[in-house]
Amino acid sequence: MKQKITICVVGLLLGILPLPLNAQDGNQILRKIDQNMSADSRIIESTMIVHGKRNDRTITSKSYTMGTGKAFTEYLSPARERGTKMLKLEKEMWVYSPATDRTIMISGHMLRQSVMGSDLSYEDMMDDRRYAEIYDARVTGSEQIEGRTCHLLSLTAKVDDAAYPSQKIWVDSERLIPLRAELYAKSGQMLKQITAGDVKQVEGRWFPMHMTYKDILKEGKGTEWIIHTITFNQSIPANVFSKASLRK
Amino acid sequence: MFSFICKGIIRDRRRSLLPVVVVTIGVMVVVFLDGLMGGMMDNMVRMTANFQIGHLKVMTRAYAADEAQKPNDLALLGSGEVMEQLHRDYPEVDWTPRIFFGGLLDIPDEHGETKAQGPVTAQAADLLSEGSKEAARLGLEKAITAGHIITQPGEILVSIDFAESFGVKPGDRVTFFGSTMDGAMSFANYHVAGIVRFGNSMLDRGGVILDIADARLLLDMEDAAGEIFGFLPGEKYLKERAESIKTSFNHQQADNPDVYAPVMTQLMDQDMMRQTLGYTDSMSFFMLLLLMIALSIVLWNAGVLGGIRRYNEFGVRLAMGEEKRQLYRSLLTESLVIGIIGSAVGTTLGLLVCLLLSRHGLDYSAVMENIAMMIDPVIHTRITPRMYYIGAIPGILSMLVGTALAGRKIYKRNTALLFKELD
Repeated sequence: MKQKITICVVGLLLGILPLPLNAQDGNQILRKIDQNMSADSRIIESTMIVHGKRNDRTITSKSYTMGTGKAFTEYLSPARERGTKMLKLEKEMWVYSPATDRTIMISGHMLRQSVMGSDLSYEDMMDDRRYAEIYDARVTGSEQIEGRTCHLLSLTAKVDDAAYPSQKIWVDSERLIPLRAELYAKSGQMLKQITAGDVKQVEGRWFPMHMTYKDILKEGKGTEWIIHTITFNQSIPANVFSKASLRK
Repeated sequence: MFSFICKGIIRDRRRSLLPVVVVTIGVMVVVFLDGLMGGMMDNMVRMTANFQIGHLKVMTRAYAADEAQKPNDLALLGSGEVMEQLHRDYPEVDWTPRIFFGGLLDIPDEHGETKAQGPVTAQAADLLSEGSKEAARLGLEKAITAGHIITQPGEILVSIDFAESFGVKPGDRVTFFGSTMDGAMSFANYHVAGIVRFGNSMLDRGGVILDIADARLLLDMEDAAGEIFGFLPGEKYLKERAESIKTSFNHQQADNPDVYAPVMTQLMDQDMMRQTLGYTDSMSFFMLLLLMIALSIVLWNAGVLGGIRRYNEFGVRLAMGEEKRQLYRSLLTESLVIGIIGSAVGTTLGLLVCLLLSRHGLDYSAVMENIAMMIDPVIHTRITPRMYYIGAIPGILSMLVGTALAGRKIYKRNTALLFKELD
């Protein structure tokens, strides 16, 4: 009898104990994702393939980011886009067009517009904050994606200005990289879906070199973002993140 | 008897003047309202056709399915070839391309940085081709409040509300920032040629107009058009002709399964026009009916008063052997003549007022300030053949009904008491 009671108590404790650990695990996982994907600075050369209703467009670019507040992108091709530059400083964004020699500020509702007709918005591109800064996470399960065991995390925004108040992410349990994400509005409506693949080790970190964004509210096959090269924590001259650099 | 009745009406004005005046006013109102409503409808049809839908419109099937969004990514490619075919098959129609799109208009400061910026909806039309009637259709000459209309590429017209809000003047350089038909970023600098006021809040709020060649460069839409408008000869919309052209064109495309194949619609198919025009016709009918009922009640009352005044006359006539039925009929004949006279005078007056307003127009822009309807704030009445007779229907009928109701009293006269009354 005594033995039975002991077993019940231990079983109960084992049942209860993991509950608070899920919350801890979730946030820990977020921090580990951030360690992989975020850095003090990044330089990325990439190609974006926009799958439109009638045709596909391929846009190449080179981006520089410093922390979460500064980003500079120069579009390299096709000819129409060549020389167009975008600068983000904290919450402000500017676009420079060589065709008009004008620097235009993008603000307000324009930030929700699509970049280059893709499934990403300016807001998506601007928000470089770490997961742990924006969300609280809870592990809600485990699933297989492309043969990889993934933690399923449910994210709830803990800041008021999150572009997506909630997310679901499937995190590769070994490499701690999101392989899939579903981004939701406040109403619970799914707005975007992101899938990641071609995960490689770069400078000791795991990083997905191929991502597909799908705007659920738009028809079409989505946008692919393919990273050719990425370097972390390189020194970037401060003048890159200035409005003057847009016109160079 | 007819000449006797007419003499009676002319000589005894006390019995005829009030009914004639009442019928005249009623008929004048009917004729005027008919002309006014016709003018309003013409106005709405003309504005809607010129600015939004044409008499006929060709676009791709995919575009038509989502037309309200103006999805230029689903625009008609190879529009030149389509227009050639349209000119060949329907040479009497004036075909012209249009593109509708939106974006930001950015006004720079002296350093080229953003001084002010606001969203605009843009309409591109063929303004610079020789012989094009688009500038006249859009009423640009009349709408200009400052500067001039577009005379060369690279120029843009800005609506007055936007210009006042953002401090834009003719001669300013502005940058349009939007998306090409494929979604790529598009930028173009323009010179503000002029500021336009259409007197319509929808157009004045945040609209720009530019030439279609400039729009095609901006939106990467070479040899493409969002919509091809067709205008019937004389800029006059004829429902049956438009329907037959539409049916014939769509029949040619019936076997083409391509979602980007062209499809034609006509004005009645668009934007609830059919329902709106049908609703207006119904309203006209109810208006006539209500007016007739109101006039009948007034004339019934006048008939009762007349009956009291002519009590002795009816008594004498009955005593002299005239049958009640004959007397009743003579009253109805009298009322018919009065109705005809009143209708003739009322119709003439109504037509005169409509003629005046058809030339000078009625400006009700103060009332339309916050109303987002595609309607010219100056209405010109429309004079049609039906106005010559439409007033007579309530004019004569109401007179007859009023007299018929009032004249029933004749049947209640007791002939046995007649001589005692006359005594």
